[in-house]
Amino acid sequence: MALLQIAEPGLSAAPHQHRLAVGIDLGTTNSLVASVFSGTAEVIRDEAGRALLPSVVRYRANHAEPVVGHEALAEQSANPRDTLSSIKRLMGRGLGDLGDLGDLGDVDNIGDMPYVFVDSPGMVSIATVAGVKSPVEVSADILTSLRRRAESALGGELTGAVITVPAYFDDAQRQATKDAARLAGLNVLRLLNEPTAAAVAYGLDNASEGIFAVFDLGGGTFDISILKLSRGVFEVLATNGDAALGGDDFDQRIYAWIVASAGLVAPGPHAARRLLTLARNAKEALSTAQTTAITATLADHQAVCLTLSREKFDELTADLVARTLKPTRKALRDAGLTVQDVKGVVLVGGSTRMPSVRASVAEYFRQAPLTDLDPDQVVAIGAAMQANALAGNRKGDEWLLLDVCPLSLGLETMGGLVEKIIPRNSTIPTARAQEFTTFKDGQTAMSLHVLQGERELVADCRSLARFELRGIPPMVAGAARIRVTFQIDADNLLSVSAREQSTGIEATVAVKPSYGLEDRQIARMLEDAHGRAEADMKLRMLRENQVEGRRMIDATEAALAEDGEDLLSPPERDEIARHIYALADIIETGDGDSVKILKAACDALNSATQEFAARRMDAGVKRALSGRRLEDLGLTAVTG
Amino acid sequence: MSVTLTENAAKRVQTFLAKRGGVGLRLAVKTSGCSGMAYALEFADCADKDDLCFESHGVTLLIDPKSLPYVKGTELDFVREGLNEGFKFNNPNVKNECGCGESFNV
Repeated sequence: MALLQIAEPGLSAAPHQHRLAVGIDLGTTNSLVASVFSGTAEVIRDEAGRALLPSVVRYRANHAEPVVGHEALAEQSANPRDTLSSIKRLMGRGLGDLGDLGDLGDVDNIGDMPYVFVDSPGMVSIATVAGVKSPVEVSADILTSLRRRAESALGGELTGAVITVPAYFDDAQRQATKDAARLAGLNVLRLLNEPTAAAVAYGLDNASEGIFAVFDLGGGTFDISILKLSRGVFEVLATNGDAALGGDDFDQRIYAWIVASAGLVAPGPHAARRLLTLARNAKEALSTAQTTAITATLADHQAVCLTLSREKFDELTADLVARTLKPTRKALRDAGLTVQDVKGVVLVGGSTRMPSVRASVAEYFRQAPLTDLDPDQVVAIGAAMQANALAGNRKGDEWLLLDVCPLSLGLETMGGLVEKIIPRNSTIPTARAQEFTTFKDGQTAMSLHVLQGERELVADCRSLARFELRGIPPMVAGAARIRVTFQIDADNLLSVSAREQSTGIEATVAVKPSYGLEDRQIARMLEDAHGRAEADMKLRMLRENQVEGRRMIDATEAALAEDGEDLLSPPERDEIARHIYALADIIETGDGDSVKILKAACDALNSATQEFAARRMDAGVKRALSGRRLEDLGLTAVTG
Repeated sequence: MSVTLTENAAKRVQTFLAKRGGVGLRLAVKTSGCSGMAYALEFADCADKDDLCFESHGVTLLIDPKSLPYVKGTELDFVREGLNEGFKFNNPNVKNECGCGESFNV
């Protein structure tokens, strides 16, 4: 006999048509799955009644099924190389990116991972006894475990799932998450930003209105989102954060303190794992206790017997707590708001249980943060509510969810500059179009380079895709009209199309991002953009002037080739050529300070060609009046 | 003959109603499903004038008169089967039901 759930009035499903949908919070440290039971979103617990599934997978030899969760975590110190944790940090990353991740903080956690990294195409992988595993496969194993848990709890196959990702995940990381879900046999209804999911959970339960901040300090990532809630409609005004700051970093601080205080000499991978587990336990204990004891005897008979006080812990981690405030200030600034506008602060993520974090948030926002829902579960609960709505178990259009794209998207233009098409923090789904034109006379193809990032120069942004539009009819430079459309779907995945307006020829690229190949640390990209705004602006001016200079040279050379012989004397031609060479020389050797010199050279060429331009105009008018050209054309037509 | 809730089921319904609001629980039988009839279980925001009301362990059960003959004497239980938990109908009128138990015949 099947078990029934209570439905909303008029919404009971016909037999065999229950649409089972779940929300999954695929976390760095822990993952959860939740679903809606009789109108209430609840986290699904395992047989032992535990809600959290540690995001840890232990691989075994001889094709044995991998062990996921608590069992894998318990055996982590015994099998450090084959027990993979915090794998979310590697999603969509290449080996070259790992250094970047580490030195963003002064603790090089990635470098401390006791794994054998293998650089495979696109994404870093890890060699285990069960073969080489990519972060996508490891995530898929975690998702499979959650899917099985959900299916046995709901008594049937899942229609779909909503999976949450940090707001800072770029397209490569989002795509990697989707791939992992597919590998785990899950139909992804959509990806949802974690803070947005938390807002869903809070907004609907409490029916609050106003501006809210979602402060999410998880195991490996920090996100701050500024949201506007009104009559059940959510709008994300701005997001910011630090993709490499989380509870793991606090563990590392305690770990380093243990190693230093106990005078340990180079702990091996086993000992390191053991001590990290102790560090994590100590951190958790200090959320309620004032002091905690850390005792262990390591395999090489080195002993640890320490007491850590909350004051000492706060001192060790004060800078980590402080690092959360910079992105918070930026997000508020992006939203055009001040601390006074924020009506409430929602805490998400287990790390917000730390008293020092709560105190810091309360001090900054000048109010006590909201903690009604379990900070570990709030994201999964919001995702479950969204999944339930998307699966059709809820009357539609009751609430609308607006999300934003975390980084600007744009196109490369002449001079290695980036033209932003979709600005950062635009609500999605969205589509924006802009017209571009050709640079050279008779240009028949155009190369389009899609970029992500806040900087002005192509070299400083992240390359997402390149494609070509061919078959543009030959025209003079600047006459072609090419409409480029950027479209972001609800999952924050991008497609770009270019269309030549007169002929209708079109080229499209769906951005299948090359996993993190040229990826930069997202948080750093944003910080760089702010820190170097002025230098970027100067460079942009220089590049724009260089492009203008080249355009002038091209135009002058074309005019010389056409009418130079007829309209100019040899000395006049030499004079113009001299200015062309001077300008070309400045463009080639130009640096940031030469904008003035460049402008002067452009002006010089301009005035040197003024007489020539006037003569050409006269000649053109004469030709047109005499109609000689038209006759020529007519004769050609008859004889040809 | 009335329709009742077990104590366990009543507790769950009360928890849900406390969170969501509403006057009670509506129990209905629909003519659909692979074996003739199917149960529907919904929150009730108001009682219709034809509804029959039953009180059981402090929960108001609303049943429309057309459905009642099919569920007379039914006891609604809340059970846990492994990780799955939900409501179960112990309906003395049922002659046979489909394999999955989502629909039944009288």
